[in-house]
Amino acid sequence: MAENPQRPVAAVRPLSPHLTIYRWPVTMMTSITHRATGMALSVGAVILAWWLVCISNGPEGWQSFNSIMGTPLGLLVLFGITWSLAYHFFSGLRHLAWDLGYGFNKKVAERNSVIVFALSFLAAIAIFALVWTGHAGYLQ
Amino acid sequence: MKTAQTPLHKVQGMGASHSGTGHFWRERVTAVALAPLSLWFLFVLLGLAGTSEVTALQFLAHPWNALLMGAFICFSLYHAALGLQVVIDDYIHTAGMKIFLLLVVRFSCLAVFAVSIFALIRIAAL
Repeated sequence: MAENPQRPVAAVRPLSPHLTIYRWPVTMMTSITHRATGMALSVGAVILAWWLVCISNGPEGWQSFNSIMGTPLGLLVLFGITWSLAYHFFSGLRHLAWDLGYGFNKKVAERNSVIVFALSFLAAIAIFALVWTGHAGYLQ
Repeated sequence: MKTAQTPLHKVQGMGASHSGTGHFWRERVTAVALAPLSLWFLFVLLGLAGTSEVTALQFLAHPWNALLMGAFICFSLYHAALGLQVVIDDYIHTAGMKIFLLLVVRFSCLAVFAVSIFALIRIAAL
């Protein structure tokens, strides 16, 4: 069969601009952040497993975990995972509310997006503030 | 009207995806379980922050705490495997790479689960 000479080459077919041209709505931010924090928490699960292995190894294991996660980079990772857990928790509750049919109104969805972001940062900062002000370690 | 669908395919009603709402539903069930477990986990991490390995050992050696930690890890990794599968389904479009990455995700989650539970059992036996 003869090729249609008018057929446009697939690679150069015009595509209407989408992701790159629109201002990001806050609801899009929450959706992408939910996915990104979920992926970060998968890494967090590996750190949790490593923490448990270190504890089961006795004092040297505990020391080795603290010497790595106690560094500025380690603390930054811990803060990131703490915030990810807080965000995924609040955003996840929102997903469950959507599953029940609540919160789809445009204004409500935008307001709740801001609330989820605010709550997640507040929670993560509060958790680290509790540790640094000596209010943690109550299981001693 | 004639159709190429077999009677079994029709009655299953799954279409070309070969699966229904099972994945969605398992994701929700694990999420519902993880909501309270996450709060407990946070309570534990805050309570153990800045203490000694003896405190952590004694806490995790307690049967209830070991069970709750095991449940948190189990549901977390199941939820993670389901969630990571969606990411792969969305962004990887070649069958070979998709199957390879899905195997990596599942084996990794199983490995992390096995290591965590083994460590918990070891702590309980110390």
